[in-house]
Amino acid sequence: MGSGTVKMLRAGALAAAVEIGVGAGALWAFPAQREIKAGFVYVAPVGDAGWNWAHDEGRKALEKLPYVKKTRFVENVKEGADATRVMTQFAEMGFNLIFATSYGYMDPCVETAGKYPKVVFMHCSGSKRSPNMANYFGRIYQARYLTGIVGGKMTKSGVIGYVAAHPIPEVIRGINAFTLGVRSVNPKARVRVVWTYTWFDPAKEKEAAESLIEVGADVIAQHQDSSGPQRAAEERGVWGIGYDTDMSRFAPRAHLTSAVWNWAPLYTKIAADLHEGKWTNEPIWWGIETGIVDIAPFGPMVPADVRRLVAERKRDIAEKRLVVFRGPVRDQAGRTAIPVGVTPTDLELYAMNWFVEGVEGKLPK
Amino acid sequence: MDGWPGFLQSVLAAAAAQGAPLLLVALGEIICERAGVLNLGAEGMMLMGAVCGFAACNAGSSLPAGAAAAMLVGGAFSLVHALLSVTFRANQIVSGLALSILGLGLSSFIGERLDLVMQPAAMSFGPIPIPFASRIPFLGEALFRQGVLTYLAYALAAAAWFMLFRTRLGLRIRSVGESPLTADAMGVSVPAVRWLCVGIGGVMAGLGGACLSLSLSPGWKEQMTAGRGWVAIALVIFGNWHPGKAALGALLFGALYSLDTRLQARGTVVPVQFLQMVPYLGTIAFLAATQGKAEGRGVGAPEALARPYIREEKE
Repeated sequence: MGSGTVKMLRAGALAAAVEIGVGAGALWAFPAQREIKAGFVYVAPVGDAGWNWAHDEGRKALEKLPYVKKTRFVENVKEGADATRVMTQFAEMGFNLIFATSYGYMDPCVETAGKYPKVVFMHCSGSKRSPNMANYFGRIYQARYLTGIVGGKMTKSGVIGYVAAHPIPEVIRGINAFTLGVRSVNPKARVRVVWTYTWFDPAKEKEAAESLIEVGADVIAQHQDSSGPQRAAEERGVWGIGYDTDMSRFAPRAHLTSAVWNWAPLYTKIAADLHEGKWTNEPIWWGIETGIVDIAPFGPMVPADVRRLVAERKRDIAEKRLVVFRGPVRDQAGRTAIPVGVTPTDLELYAMNWFVEGVEGKLPK
Repeated sequence: MDGWPGFLQSVLAAAAAQGAPLLLVALGEIICERAGVLNLGAEGMMLMGAVCGFAACNAGSSLPAGAAAAMLVGGAFSLVHALLSVTFRANQIVSGLALSILGLGLSSFIGERLDLVMQPAAMSFGPIPIPFASRIPFLGEALFRQGVLTYLAYALAAAAWFMLFRTRLGLRIRSVGESPLTADAMGVSVPAVRWLCVGIGGVMAGLGGACLSLSLSPGWKEQMTAGRGWVAIALVIFGNWHPGKAALGALLFGALYSLDTRLQARGTVVPVQFLQMVPYLGTIAFLAATQGKAEGRGVGAPEALARPYIREEKE
């Protein structure tokens, strides 16, 4: 066997090291770290009172751990080359744990992780990993299903508006879970989607919600990081369902509930694992039973029977009696997309690029 | 109204509202550029106005106080640019960009210090129907049920036109922007006029910011302008440094913030990315079309735009 073959084999092994998928695969461990310096990369300002705000609450929880020497964040980092630059900077400055908190940081994260094997990279919501890079997320779609039940119970017009940021699997999965929740209690209701193509523009997001209200939506849900859509619901006298954090303060008369994130338990566990030498690149996708995702306290207008129903369903999901995407699930055209009794794999959920029945709106080609 | 008329009506109403902050900033920038000073700090000045306007409004429970604070802060903040670019004759592009970046950071800092992000708006400029005018079929519903700042933006476009083209002050401003040497020879103080115009630009940009934080999407979020300061600068060029054309442009640019969502809500597939490019394509097309004809026909940028004036220097 010549040396050429050995080289090739090595190259092959390296290529295989970057794995696509969230399912089982080779696990890579990492030596215990006495001290941890954690860097966070955010796609929008921390002051968005939404997605990045929620992540930053998780960062603050890390600071309370005795072995976490320091944490830093860089906000408003564009997906792409800008993210590579920021992560490289963290790695060069001696940070040994980097949280990349936006889907579009996936490839920059793989690239930077390859260059800095002594740094652990955690990528949120993606599907690629490597020996020193893992992905993590929470099953927010479970919380969305529950908020969908509330929306389905509260709508009178049967039209629910959904302001959505970008047509990517994470957002599509959320719309689908929400719609399944809506139609579990209101089979005739429809969920109408408007894409804003921005994660952060409060005035634009509000505008999108107004567009939906004008065509008859009487509940506004959102996959956006600002409270703009809730504000539109408040001003126009319809109901609102928020996202990321409890948005009730921004729309006290409209706000029914929100699907919310609580990153602190997961972030402290990741840091603890790394400190104790227990970290592996096993993908993390925690469910509602861990508290990483939840729904915000109900607004006063949500009747007692709806509260009870949602509490029951939440228990069912936590105890795995109810699985959100278990078939039968039909697609927009009414064809069976998930057969009776079948539960999609996490990999299939991660790649979801079709709408369930009841969603009105098109996926851009 | 249903169907297409209803659709057009709602797009027009939203266009006027979304165009208002752009127009306020653009009018200030027109006056500033007409005096020969390019100020790329619009985004920063807007953010400063937005954050301080919101803070003052919530603290004092008064919308006029909020708007006044936004104007005051925007104006004061712009004087950094006046000092650097007029008095010290620094490169206007560099100074403007610095102002933009400074405003971005400073507004976020203020917002965090005063804990504004999680504060709901205590009050906001709601729609006020204009008596009689709001009953005009079609247009009344679209244009005369707006917030105060929206009306003010379009009224100020008329005022800015009058000031620039029908008053002595306007003549002085334009002469300083076209030929500062001549203006100087005529006894007009070039630095004084330029300081004034930079200040007016700042006041207007601050008000444009307040139009977002007190009217369009009440509340403070970091970087909530989302690039509108830059769009306003494109609008100045698109409007050919003319307040009236800028007002029309503001409606067009504003429509592009509201058209795509309304088309989608009605089930139409739209090439959103293309729509979002239109203002910039329009601006480029306008520049390309007018470039050759600029000489002596009152088209294009003021002659002395972005050139520091030094008295001893021959033009």
